[in-house]
Amino acid sequence: MAAVDVIGLTAERAAAMLRAGECSSEELAGAYLERIEVFDPALHAFLHVDPEHTLAAARVQDQSGNVGLAGVPIAYKDLLSTKGVPTTAGSKILEGFIPLEDADVVARGNAAGLVSLGKTNLDEFAMGSSTEHSAYGPTRNPWDQTRVPGGSSGGSAAVVAAGLAPWSLGTDTGGSIRQPAAFCGLVGLMPTYGTVSRFGVVAFACSLEQVGPMTLTVRDCALLQQVIAGGSERDATCVGLREPIVLPEPGRLDGVRFGVPWAELEDGVDPGIRERFDASLKLATELGAELVDVELPYARHGLAAYYVIAPAEASANLSRFDGVRYGLRVDGPDLRSMVEATRSAGFGPEVKRRIMIGTYALSAGYHDAYYVQAQRVRTLIRRDFDAAFGGVDAILLPTAPTTAFPIGSRMDDPLAMYANDIFTLPVNLAGIPALSIPNGLVEGLPSGLQIIGAAHTENTLLRFGAAFEQAIGFDSVPPALRGGAA
Amino acid sequence: MSAPWQKDGYEAVIGLEIHVQLATNSKMFCSCANQFGDEPNTNVCMVCLAHPGAMPVANSEAIRQATRVGVALGCRIPETSEFSRKQYFYPDSPKAYQISQYDQPLCAEGLFRVPGEGGFDVRLTRAHLEEDAAKMIHAGGEGGRISGSAGSIVDFNRVGTPLLEIVSEPDIRSPEDARRFLTLLRATVVAIGASECDMEKGSLRADANVSIRPIGSSEYGTKTELKNMNSFRFLERGIEAELERQLEVVLGGGTVQQETLHFDPVAGTLSSLRSKEQAHDYRYFPEPDLLPVHQTEAGLIELGSDLPELPAARFDRLVAAGLTEPTALALAVDAGLAGYLDAVATATGDLKTSANWTMGEFSAHLNGAGLSADQSPVTPERLAALIALVVDGTINQTAAKEVFGVLVEDAQATAAGVVADRNLAQVGGDDALGEIIDAVLAAHPEEVEAFKGGREQVIGFLVGQCMKQSGGRADAKALQGLLRARLNG
Amino acid sequence: MSAERIELGPDEVRHVAALARLGLDDAEVAQLAGELQSILGHVATISALPIADVPPTAHSLDVAGALREDVAKPGVTREQALANAPDPTVDGFRVPPIGA
Ligand SMILES: [Mg+2]
Ligand SMILES: [Zn+2]
Repeated sequence: MAAVDVIGLTAERAAAMLRAGECSSEELAGAYLERIEVFDPALHAFLHVDPEHTLAAARVQDQSGNVGLAGVPIAYKDLLSTKGVPTTAGSKILEGFIPLEDADVVARGNAAGLVSLGKTNLDEFAMGSSTEHSAYGPTRNPWDQTRVPGGSSGGSAAVVAAGLAPWSLGTDTGGSIRQPAAFCGLVGLMPTYGTVSRFGVVAFACSLEQVGPMTLTVRDCALLQQVIAGGSERDATCVGLREPIVLPEPGRLDGVRFGVPWAELEDGVDPGIRERFDASLKLATELGAELVDVELPYARHGLAAYYVIAPAEASANLSRFDGVRYGLRVDGPDLRSMVEATRSAGFGPEVKRRIMIGTYALSAGYHDAYYVQAQRVRTLIRRDFDAAFGGVDAILLPTAPTTAFPIGSRMDDPLAMYANDIFTLPVNLAGIPALSIPNGLVEGLPSGLQIIGAAHTENTLLRFGAAFEQAIGFDSVPPALRGGAA
Repeated sequence: MSAPWQKDGYEAVIGLEIHVQLATNSKMFCSCANQFGDEPNTNVCMVCLAHPGAMPVANSEAIRQATRVGVALGCRIPETSEFSRKQYFYPDSPKAYQISQYDQPLCAEGLFRVPGEGGFDVRLTRAHLEEDAAKMIHAGGEGGRISGSAGSIVDFNRVGTPLLEIVSEPDIRSPEDARRFLTLLRATVVAIGASECDMEKGSLRADANVSIRPIGSSEYGTKTELKNMNSFRFLERGIEAELERQLEVVLGGGTVQQETLHFDPVAGTLSSLRSKEQAHDYRYFPEPDLLPVHQTEAGLIELGSDLPELPAARFDRLVAAGLTEPTALALAVDAGLAGYLDAVATATGDLKTSANWTMGEFSAHLNGAGLSADQSPVTPERLAALIALVVDGTINQTAAKEVFGVLVEDAQATAAGVVADRNLAQVGGDDALGEIIDAVLAAHPEEVEAFKGGREQVIGFLVGQCMKQSGGRADAKALQGLLRARLNG
Repeated sequence: MSAERIELGPDEVRHVAALARLGLDDAEVAQLAGELQSILGHVATISALPIADVPPTAHSLDVAGALREDVAKPGVTREQALANAPDPTVDGFRVPPIGA
């Protein structure tokens, strides 16, 4: 059979090919599996691939006729539970763990007929912005293999950018979908909190995180969001969508008011990023939009609030890894030494750091000064956004203040690493949606434009994103991969 | 209040913390069955095993039952309550945190009245929902004790069972009152059907906070916590023993240490459970996987109007109707018996006589047969028919007891039928009784002489003889009157 | 990113590690003391904000939580429950002695 050329292939196009009988799901999956075999050893974007399993699932779809999106392959971040398939969360402590159930988003993917290509690499328990904190080694950026793909959903970003999967799912707790999407030239959506079920997502910080799509195009993003969003009986915080996700068409932006928090852009943004951002603001006005200065005075405290709330929740979420019911156990003479030895050996340095911060921030005597105070800041950030959305349709910001940085360059400076999330994490604190789309290259590396909206405005964000996408005209295939030889 | 515990110038200060296992079908935060006694680790799922990615979803019925208890205990029900994580590492807590409630409990402050002579009020601090822990089976250790054991096996069947924790203020002043309070509280929870409250099965557990202070002082002394006393008697005895211990410490010039104690009911001794362990730091914070619980006023009104008569109110009603306090109290704490009595009294229109029968023959029959009121073959209607025959004078007490015995044995029998079959109708007519008296007086001339000579007590013997002659069916009162008239005449 | 001075010595690090059941060696304790000091120093920039009257936000959703109907459903079998266990017995999860 003729190999399908999957470089730059969108999921939307792949689905059309399947429906038209131009190829089978098995052929399509086979083409991706071949590329995975060739390219993944260098990129190290997948943690688990099982070709037999994938091809068998593809054949099932071929037999049932490939309607809608059925038969289209997908890759899942290894934070998402997959029944019967190892799920590690990028941690040694879960090595060999086999979930008893699928995460709701995986079950929805299966119901739509999506075919899993495997599980992708991530920062351990999604704690990180570079995928260097994976216990199984870092993932490399397909645009420049000396650089990080971003994180924590770095594996999910790299596989799509490298043409090893048409699309993928990531999770976003402080920017973990949007930042790697920006670093790898992809579209990534952080959905409104409570629209996508978290059941089966290995928890990092429950009040902040959502699962979301990582795709080549805005339309693919909408298509995948249609699959995964919706209420769940297994997640009490998942209230579902207020209106169905609509496939956006590119168009003009006449009458649209974009808020720009100029004050937040004054320092800490790389000049190249700023240049690309300004160019897109100009495009917006050319498409008919109006730019409005908005103030988010508490957003600058988001980093501090985030680095209390997320570790506090994480410290509790990770306490269940005690060597009793599953995962790693390091023996000890008594219970306590077993638990301490297990956790000491099973968690990496960044996870330990965050457990320590979170435990400290919740401990007697510090609880109010850290944890409660951070939640007050969270209230104020929400109020900032609410006030801003009173006058604008969406807010524009760079997704990250830099492009992808070299592997190893920030590992010794946790604060510098955390600072990469300053433009993304206020969104998680407020529980609102944000879309990151490719915003052109800076010295050969992708940058991202972030479009932030009020809760439940995904359709608006996708429409704006489609307009920018067409106007920017980004080519999502990294130069090294052009020419297509697999 | 019963006599307060006061000795050597000190008085007792006691508060209780009570855990009630709610009788729901499923667990608090997952759909596993809430039942007792299954094979280990068979009522478990991803949620109660705390697998990564598992999420809790709260049981609506547990919230409803807990709210009903709160209303019944006179608690204020706040509009919003919240679940929190209470963190501690132990294998019986698979998440290493218990989902409980912290600063926003489902039921806020309440006032619970223990009625009757020496009755008293106990303020309740709060009542909140939480999940139960797993069971640890300590293998190999001496006498099943924890330390020195060769390891333990964890059974997660019980983990996640809904618990309502009820916390009282330290308003109780004697071990006996602690028991009285718990008895009435238990009866209240059972009456509304929220729990079996079986201490032996662990569906009711009580810890006591105990301290002493100089009589008249308004400050509290250092308290100790007595854990899990698994019967009402042990609760009373454990508190008593701890008060004596504290008094001895204080009188000996020492100070009471804050610690958790275990009462050994066999030896009657107290041992420290974890004085060595550093003070707990539970690091509470709001459970991010669960959103707040909201109560509406309309919902609470509906719920309140749906409550059955509660023990304290029942006590008041029965006392007002003329029952003695002990009888009223016994009925107040036994909803089954009280309901039975109400049905009997409705049919007879005579609460006092109905209560005497219910608490007398009927209770004895239930105890003997190990039945509950609703399991007895003697339905309220059948007993009421029997009582009617007594009240209207058709039969006397002796005959009535015989009839009752038949009603127990033969579910088809009716009181009137038994009276007819066995010819038990009272001999009450003057003629019939006169014949019997004639015969008895003729047979006992010496006693008649004695009576006439002033030994009046001989009449008891003569009444007895007449009764015997009547086969026990004579109307005792009428008989006595006639006999006296004849002897004096 | 101005770092306020936060006192976090080895003893405090050990205390927090004990609460979190993390076994740390001396080198880890020393390194974490430095790192936590600088991270918490940054985090402490919010502790001085005069916002004591602002209500804290624990959830970004303003709705009541969804509740579950009280219907018992089968969970997993004991074999499934024990399949991932590091030290299973026939019917349970074994843990080392509780210790003194
Ligand atoms: Mg409790
Ligand atoms: Zn369960």
